[in-house]
Amino acid sequence: MSDADSPIKFDQMPDEKGHFGIYGGVFAAETLMQPINELRDAYEKIKTDPEFQAEFDRDLAHYVGRPSPLYHAQRLSEITGGAQIYLKREDLNHTGAHKINNTIGQALLARKMGKKRIIAETGAGQHGVASATVAARFGMQCVVYMGAEDVVRQAPNVYRMKLLGAEVIPVESGSKTLKDALNEAMRDWVTNVDDTFYIIGTVAGPHPYPEMVRDFQTIIGREARTQCQQQTGRLPDALVACVGGGSNAIGLFHPFLADQEVAIYGVEGGGDGIDTARHAAPLCAGKPGVLHGNRTYLMEDNDGQIIETHCVSAGLDYPGVGPEHAWLKDIGRVNYDAITDTEALEAFHTLTRIEGIIPALESSHAVAYAIKLAKTMRQDQTIIVNLSGRGDKDINTIANIEGIKL
Amino acid sequence: MSRLAATFEALKADNKTALVPYIMCADPDIDTTLKLMHELVKSGCNIIELGVPFSDPMADGPVIQAAAERVLVNHVSLRDVIAVVARFRQTDSKTPVILMGYLNPIEVMGYAEFAEQAAAAGVDGALTVDIPPEEAEEYTQLLKAQGIDPIYLLAPTSDDGRIASIGEVAAGFVYYVSLKGVTGAASLDIDSVADKLQQIRQQISLPVGVGFGIGDAETAAKISRLADAVVVGSAIVKRMAEFGHEPEQLIKSVTELTASMRKAMDQANK
Repeated sequence: MSDADSPIKFDQMPDEKGHFGIYGGVFAAETLMQPINELRDAYEKIKTDPEFQAEFDRDLAHYVGRPSPLYHAQRLSEITGGAQIYLKREDLNHTGAHKINNTIGQALLARKMGKKRIIAETGAGQHGVASATVAARFGMQCVVYMGAEDVVRQAPNVYRMKLLGAEVIPVESGSKTLKDALNEAMRDWVTNVDDTFYIIGTVAGPHPYPEMVRDFQTIIGREARTQCQQQTGRLPDALVACVGGGSNAIGLFHPFLADQEVAIYGVEGGGDGIDTARHAAPLCAGKPGVLHGNRTYLMEDNDGQIIETHCVSAGLDYPGVGPEHAWLKDIGRVNYDAITDTEALEAFHTLTRIEGIIPALESSHAVAYAIKLAKTMRQDQTIIVNLSGRGDKDINTIANIEGIKL
Repeated sequence: MSRLAATFEALKADNKTALVPYIMCADPDIDTTLKLMHELVKSGCNIIELGVPFSDPMADGPVIQAAAERVLVNHVSLRDVIAVVARFRQTDSKTPVILMGYLNPIEVMGYAEFAEQAAAAGVDGALTVDIPPEEAEEYTQLLKAQGIDPIYLLAPTSDDGRIASIGEVAAGFVYYVSLKGVTGAASLDIDSVADKLQQIRQQISLPVGVGFGIGDAETAAKISRLADAVVVGSAIVKRMAEFGHEPEQLIKSVTELTASMRKAMDQANK
C-alpha cells in the first residue's frame, strides 16, 4: 500500500502496457498481437473523443434507459436491523443486466473500426444477449460461443439470442463452460482477424479490454455516487458487488476508489464453500497465473493447469478474474469474500419476497453479503449493492434445484 | 555451438531443410513417446518439438486440444515432460528438442527454475505461444542465461515493426505461422508464404521454420523450397489419436508420414 504522501492515482491505471501492478498486460499468440494493438490504438482515440462519448451517452439514455434508479430497500434494511441498503438497479436496463453498457460501447467502436462481424463469449447468456442485441441494432453479423453445459442451464437466453439473429455455437471442449467459450472465441478471432471484432464481456483479457470494459461500466458508479449524495446527502459507507470476471463490480467501485472512507466488498461465487474444492473464488482461494491474455488470480492446480469451477450461477462460474481486481486485492483497497450457493439462494428468495424484486443468481451473492454486512453496521449508515441483473433467466435453475416442474 | 545452430548448419551444407515433427508428450504414455522420438529421428526428422499439455490451449485446433485432454487425464506435468527429455538424451545427444506449450505451467514452476531444470535435462529451446516479446524480458533473459533458445512465432499479421522486435529477442530459429488460424487448419497459400518469408528474411538472419497447415508430403515439399524448417503437428497427432491403444501401429503410422515427407522434401531441394 502506498504511503500517505503519494496517494495511488486510481484513474491513471493501468500503465501504457496495460499493467495493474504485476497483473494485466498482453499475453496472446503472435497472430492476435496486431489486431490487439489496432484495438488499443482505436480505443485510445475514442476515449477522449467528445463526439464518441456523446453518442455513447445518448445510447445509454435512450436505448438502455439510463440512469438506472438507486432504490432504498427499506423493508430489506429493516429485517437486518442495521445499515440502510440501497440497490443500484442495473436489472432494469434494456436486456436485463449491466452487460449492455459495455456492448453498446464496443459495438460503437467496432462500427468506427469498420468491422462487420462481431463475436462474443457468454456464460449465463446475459453478455451473449447484450451482444446479439447491439448486433441486431447495428446490422452486424453475430456469433456467440457458449459452453455446452451453459447452453442447457440457460436455455431461455439461448433462444433470445437466436431470436435476435445471432448464431449460438455450443462449445464441447474442456469443462464446457465460460472459460472454454472464451478459448473458442479466441480461436475464431485468430482465424477471422480481418473483419471480426471480439466483444469481451468482462474486465479480463489482454489490454485494452480490462481498461475499456471498465470505462464503459463506470457509468454505474458515477450515477450511484450522484444519486447517493442526492438521496442521503453524503457518500455511502460501503459498496457491495458480485465478482465473476468483475465488470459490474469494477463499474460500481471505480469512481469510489479514491474515497478511502468508503469500504468496498467484492463477492465471489463460493459454491459449496471455499474450504471445499467446489467453488469459483480465485481471489479468495486461488493463485496468480496467466490465462486468457492477462496475468491475474486463477483457480489452478500445482502444475499450472486450470481447474474446473463450481457455482450455482453460470455468470460467476469462471476460474479467473479481471486483473484490476487482483491488484486491488493485493494493495488492500477492496475486500474480497465469498458467498455459498445456499446463502445466495436464500438471499434470492428474501429479496423476491420482501422487496418484489427477482434478482439474478449472480446478484443474489451480493445481496446475501450485504444482508450479513448490514447487521454489523449502524442504522444511519448506508450500503450500495449493485443489483447487476434480473432473475428471469434463472427461474428454470431455481425450480430445478427445488424440485419443481415448470 | 548450440545443438540447434549445429543442426541448421549441417543441413545447410547438405542443401536440406529441417523436418520438425510436433508430438504431444505422453500421448498415450511416456514409454511410447520415448520410442517415437527415436524412431522419428531414424525416419529423417531433425528437430523434435515436444508438446507440453495445457488445459486451455487457445491457439490450437481440435486435434491438439483433444491430445492435451487425453494426456491431462494422467496429470502429466511440465516436470514430467522435462524428465522425458532427460531420458531421451541418454541415447541421443545430437537431436535438438524444443518444448512447445503455454505460459501458465512455466509461471507456476517459476522462470528461473524452469530454465535450470530444462537446461539440465538437455532441452534446447522453448516455444511458449502466449508470451509476446513485450512481456518476455525476464523470461528471455533467464532462458538465454541457461543456453535455452527462446523461439518466437511470426504470423501473417506481423508487420515490419513486430518482425524487427521479435528478431531482437529470438534465438535458435523463428517459426512462421503460415495462416491466420489455429493449428491443424485446412490449407495454406504457398505464394503468400513465399512473400512473407522474403519480408522476414530482410530483417531476421536466424533460420525460419514454417508450420500450421502442413499435413502431407506434397505441401511439405513445396514449403521446403522456401523455408529452413518444415513443422508438422496436427497431421501427426491425428495418427497418434487413431492408434492410441496400439503403440507399435502408432509409431509405424507416424514415421511412415514423416519418412514420406523427408523423401519428398529432399527431392524438391535437389
